Amino acid sequence: MRNEGARQKIGFGFLLGATLFVVVPVLAIIVLIVVKGWSALSLEFLIAMPRDGMRAGGIFPAILGTFILVFTSIAFALPIGVMAAVYLSEYAKDNLLTRIINLAIINLAGVSSVVFGLFGLSLFVVFLRFGVSIVSGALTLGIMTLPVIITTTREALRAVPRSYREVSFSLGASRWQTIRHSVLPFATPGILTGAILSIGRVAGETAPILFTVAAFYLPKLPHSLGDQVMALPYHLYIMTTQVPGVPENYRYGTALVLVGLVLVVNIVAARIRSRIRRNK
Amino acid sequence: MKKRTAPAVVFLCLGLFSPFPFPKSVAPRTSAALQIKGSDTMVNLGQAWAEAFNRLHPDVNIAVTGGGSGTGISALISGTCDIAESSRAVEDKEIQQAKANGVVFNQEIVGLDGIVVVVHPSNPVANLTMDQLREMFMGNIKRWKILGGADIPVVLLSREVNSGTHIFFKEHVLRRSKKKATEEFSPGALMMPSSFAIAEEVAHNENAVGYYGLGYISPRQKVVAVAKDGRSPFIKPTIESVRVNAYPISRPLYLYTNGRPAGLVKDFVDFVYSKEGQDIVARTDFVPIR
Amino acid sequence: MAKFRKLKEFVIEKLIFASGIASIVFVVLIFIFLLREGVSVIKSTSLGAFLGGRFWYPISDPAKLGILPLILGSLLVTAGAILLAVPLGIAAAFYIADVAPAKVRYVLKSGVEILAAIPSVVLGFLGITLLVPFLKHTLGLPTGLTALAGSIMLAFMALPTIISISEDAISAVPREYKEGALALGATHWQTLTRVIVHGAMPGIIAASMLGIGRVIGETMAVMMVTGNAAVIPTSLLQPVRTLTATIAAEMGEAAKGSPHYFALFAIGIVLFLISFLINLTADLFLNRGKKR
Repeated sequence: MRNEGARQKIGFGFLLGATLFVVVPVLAIIVLIVVKGWSALSLEFLIAMPRDGMRAGGIFPAILGTFILVFTSIAFALPIGVMAAVYLSEYAKDNLLTRIINLAIINLAGVSSVVFGLFGLSLFVVFLRFGVSIVSGALTLGIMTLPVIITTTREALRAVPRSYREVSFSLGASRWQTIRHSVLPFATPGILTGAILSIGRVAGETAPILFTVAAFYLPKLPHSLGDQVMALPYHLYIMTTQVPGVPENYRYGTALVLVGLVLVVNIVAARIRSRIRRNK
Repeated sequence: MKKRTAPAVVFLCLGLFSPFPFPKSVAPRTSAALQIKGSDTMVNLGQAWAEAFNRLHPDVNIAVTGGGSGTGISALISGTCDIAESSRAVEDKEIQQAKANGVVFNQEIVGLDGIVVVVHPSNPVANLTMDQLREMFMGNIKRWKILGGADIPVVLLSREVNSGTHIFFKEHVLRRSKKKATEEFSPGALMMPSSFAIAEEVAHNENAVGYYGLGYISPRQKVVAVAKDGRSPFIKPTIESVRVNAYPISRPLYLYTNGRPAGLVKDFVDFVYSKEGQDIVARTDFVPIR
Repeated sequence: MAKFRKLKEFVIEKLIFASGIASIVFVVLIFIFLLREGVSVIKSTSLGAFLGGRFWYPISDPAKLGILPLILGSLLVTAGAILLAVPLGIAAAFYIADVAPAKVRYVLKSGVEILAAIPSVVLGFLGITLLVPFLKHTLGLPTGLTALAGSIMLAFMALPTIISISEDAISAVPREYKEGALALGATHWQTLTRVIVHGAMPGIIAASMLGIGRVIGETMAVMMVTGNAAVIPTSLLQPVRTLTATIAAEMGEAAKGSPHYFALFAIGIVLFLISFLINLTADLFLNRGKKR
């Protein structure tokens, strides 16, 4: 019997070791980026335009571009995603069509980011003649983030107690009325979580925007949906591989802004999620 | 409630971004915007030009993108840029493709460049002939010992296939400028995303050898002197040796446009040829043409 | 009044249905548009020469469009990543789901979520700045830009997927299994390794497959650290080139209508089919797990 106790200790020790092997580097990464990038963060860095071949000045156009892409892509994906989740949760029957839809969602989630870029290039940039523009980028990113929104919204809808719907039906409401008044309002925090998680996802993607919207350098800020933009992930990429003479803390600073944005977004989503769970 | 205000917010912000100008046609752009795409070798030069030009014409929106000479040329063919920067001449098949799209190339030589071969500062090899370069980059020389260096492996660094520098090196060093030749870079050559990436790797790696334009020379890499053949002297690449064509691997830098430059494009090209534009060429370590 | 509402509802419900099938529409669209351009690669090379050709010289005249080195590069980097990530991930999933005390579990789960959120390009940036020189020095390699560097970065990216889905599977094992085993006198460890593992196995396999799918489609991190040499790899310690990096690096140049352009789309089709197959298989495993 003592053998078993020892074996368990070793076994659990190994599991703990593995877990630490995963989690400690994450901490190290965050700390490293903060430590090396903090010195670059200044008001100028965040709101000024790049100067001197992007070796000095700020990264504002990239930050703005990322915000624009996030906003437009979610504006496109959110309505479609929520309605799709509503369909799956409230209307769909357990048949082959539903199974295929679910399969399609999983597949959409698994498609490589660069394949999305190719798709965006051939459909939006070339075939629909939108050109390399915010429109093309937003639509591409929107389709890419659709599975996230659908999945989280579907979870949120499923979490609404059945009784809410039953009461509404028994009072004579139609299905849509029930959804609109007795289900959706209670699923809203969950939907919001999904939207916020999408923000993090969209903000960090590079490959889908490579051929659909990203620009190496723009001296002016974008002012219409047909313009190109600079974006944080692409900016980090070119600062690492293409622009010589960029001070090290500038690169880490850009990474810090990007990671910071993504982390803040995820923390907000997590807070909302835990508040939902607490209220149950 | 949240659901009702959300659509309103969306429409408000969409409104901020009007007008909504699509679809784009293939006709040349004449509004106050300029799209410059192409050579990675020239992208910093293009950006310096854009910055200076912008100071003279503050209302013009110039976008400079890299991607390689091939990228710029194909963008010009597709009508998605106004000026293509290229570190190599357009090829026949590109001229055909352009014609099929109704595009006629106009070529402007705006500067000269030398392709320098660089190694790690600790590498004793200082002189190479064109033949040795050729053999090395085709993968036939695998250790530095053969060239008089240490007994360590040769790590080849190259640019991507869309790079004018890559194509020029292939055609003039590997293929000895013969049109029908079929030599290729060794498949084991690492395709680096930019000249800067090559510079970084060479600076840190004693096994590495790479190539890029004059503009990227720095004290962190050692430049190799090149001889045209076994009997010629070894020439170091400098602005002078490139200008008088003594350095064997020199090339012109091009700007391509669709047809003769007109309007805003002409203003930009004139600027490039002006004293200020050519000063910028010199400042970015290329050789001015005027 | 009622008629107007009926009409409005009719329209809304039709929209909802349309959105419902939107995912199918998009997946089909992606496939169609990839196919539209990619299928023309047959004009320049045969399918056999494309998939099995050993040389990728796409702009030569005639173009050599063999993607075998790229396929092998992707497979090698993926295999390396999975070898690292699956054991680590499953072990971590077990610890988090079954062994860790509640407070610790919260911290660990947050750590994993943070890892999931880090963008690919940031990992690539850290990889090329820190990992690549490190590998070169500690392993004495000609260059640190290798498949191994790619595998390590990709393992990081796959871990959150593997951990969270495995963790779900482990938590889904009915409590009666665990309680029954403990009641019979088994230790926690014995319960874990002999009872829970079996119950969670389909889910764990699905998690690993989804991890593979995630990894094989990764672009930026791999492009920045694997060296991009389109050569048939013989070891993890040499530079390779993946399918994804090839598309990302070369798409800008390919003139529309050139064999190169078609070939890149054909590579896209290959990637799409691979991820389709992986997801299909993973879905089957997940459903089998649920039915138990």
